[in-house]
Amino acid sequence: MSKVKIKQSILARLIPRLTSLTKKGPSGWMAILGIIILSALVIMTVIAPWIRPHDPIKTGVGPIRAPPSSQFPMGTNHLGQDMLSRILCGGSIMLQISTLSVLVCFLIGVPLGLFSSYVGGIFDRACSLVIDAIYAFPGLVIAIAIAAMLGPGVVNMALSIAVVYIPSYFRIVRSQVLSIKELTYVEAARASGAKWHTIVFRYIFPNVIPSIVVVATINFADAVLTAAGLTFIGLGVTKDVPDWGWDLTDGRALLSSGTWWVITFPGIMIILLALGFTLIEEGLSELLNPKLQR
Amino acid sequence: MGLRSYIITRILLTIPTLLLLLSMVFLVMRVLPGDPVALHFEKKATPEQMETMRRLLGLDKPLWTQYIDYLWGLVDFGYFLEHGYPNLGKSMQTYEEVGGQIFSAFPATLELAIYSMIIASVIGILLGVVSSKSYNSILDHLIRGFGTVTYAIPIFLLGMIFQLIFGVYLRWLPTGLRLNPAVDPPASITGLYTIDSLLEGNLFKFFESLKALLLPSLTLGIILSGMFIRMARTNMLETLRLDFVTAAKARGLKESTVTYGYALRNAFLPILTMMGLQFAILLGGAILTETTFSWPGLGRYIVDRINFRDYTAIQGAVVMFGLFVTLVSLVVDILYAYFDPRIRL
Repeated sequence: MSKVKIKQSILARLIPRLTSLTKKGPSGWMAILGIIILSALVIMTVIAPWIRPHDPIKTGVGPIRAPPSSQFPMGTNHLGQDMLSRILCGGSIMLQISTLSVLVCFLIGVPLGLFSSYVGGIFDRACSLVIDAIYAFPGLVIAIAIAAMLGPGVVNMALSIAVVYIPSYFRIVRSQVLSIKELTYVEAARASGAKWHTIVFRYIFPNVIPSIVVVATINFADAVLTAAGLTFIGLGVTKDVPDWGWDLTDGRALLSSGTWWVITFPGIMIILLALGFTLIEEGLSELLNPKLQR
Repeated sequence: MGLRSYIITRILLTIPTLLLLLSMVFLVMRVLPGDPVALHFEKKATPEQMETMRRLLGLDKPLWTQYIDYLWGLVDFGYFLEHGYPNLGKSMQTYEEVGGQIFSAFPATLELAIYSMIIASVIGILLGVVSSKSYNSILDHLIRGFGTVTYAIPIFLLGMIFQLIFGVYLRWLPTGLRLNPAVDPPASITGLYTIDSLLEGNLFKFFESLKALLLPSLTLGIILSGMFIRMARTNMLETLRLDFVTAAKARGLKESTVTYGYALRNAFLPILTMMGLQFAILLGGAILTETTFSWPGLGRYIVDRINFRDYTAIQGAVVMFGLFVTLVSLVVDILYAYFDPRIRL
């Protein structure tokens, strides 16, 4: 009973927010489109085990490299696996890796940025130096180096991607806190004897949230693409689970025979997943850019 | 501060950054759990074999000695003069000098990077400016849409689509390698085939290498152009609203003069900084592009070495990527100071 009530109240609060986005012009619509795409992909991945026509792992379900037909709407690959079933089930690895890496980035980058910029001094300078060095480095190269050392696995891949994006969170939080902490209300809080963690987490943190949301959405998109990239160069999770990244990678060897369907469908799925997050990010960052508001 | 003292300070500031970067690479490759030698053999070697490899590669020494050796290898000028490349250790696979392998692969990556950067900035800045001029029109939405989609496409997927269309179906362009294997590469002067073939005066080789370059650099350039479109558009939108643009228009200057001569010049600095930052992303993209197109550059090298679990070579390649990015950001900062005197104040 109470659970239903909570759900209703969350929905009741969410819906007006979403509909208010439609009134903000094209940027609002971009964000909504992104949310729709992502919800559809998540729902598809969750219900996939019940709606897939074949076992996605089983080889020889159909003839090898069969083009799309009524029996196999997305064709089959070089092992005779049904591509439609693989597409339906293949999103789970990508979603797990990207969610986990965003979570790690958030849990490390945000507190570190808040703390470092609030405390200032040598600690802040040392942190910034290390973070800037990581930030300047080609992200994929860092991810490759760490993933090669840690070995395969969802957690290891998520960690190697997280290291690349922690700097983005740190930098955005830091630059915001540096300007916020000089504001009068923070000074007032300090003067009235509030503890530092109260000031940082209760008074400063809420003002940084909008920028963090923007960074997190783009981080999601990047994590998806980086995960696909790591898989493409042979550092992917495992071939025993259907994964859009592996399907794309396998499709490369089949290109010269003109087998377009093995890369096309997983490709579209990865694009949609990354696009969903990118659309939200673009919409939000334009809505939140004070310089563009008339 | 004059430009010269700014440059000197900036170069000196690069030293601690580099040291930090090199230490981080060492930390990841040697100190993180996971013994490179054991990983290399995947538990399929006797302890004696592993011991021999450790001894040959100097991995049996204490960590701090390895660290000093590693740093010294990069600044050992005598070694550099003798071999023509820095000492980056030996490969686990072939026991050859990693530095030599990397330096022979590097020009291919450099050539790909230069052409992709040109394509990305031309497409990006042009479309970004057009988009900002027609703010909120259909054209603006289309260009923004294009930019957003390029950002979401895995780079190797775009490469494979190009290969499928222009290589497999139309058979217009080669789908891999720097040069048709039937053609001898031009004599190596710069290592960049397009320039070397021109220096040789051989137009045929020039067009052959240009043909091979076209698909990879178009792939990488288009993917990167999304960021440039966005950056150019936002900066132009902000600049076009400033008073000096209105004033220039009021004085009756031509529309194109106001846009390109006045507004773009002012919006250009943030775009230049962006180019510097994009360079790191470009190198990351180059790894995937090179793998897709069998392009024999540094990215392809690192991927090959991953397949052989050749950790010393991977470390060398990572260091090389880091040095390259640091150098480019140094150049961009100096350019920035040259264009914007306020930085030097």
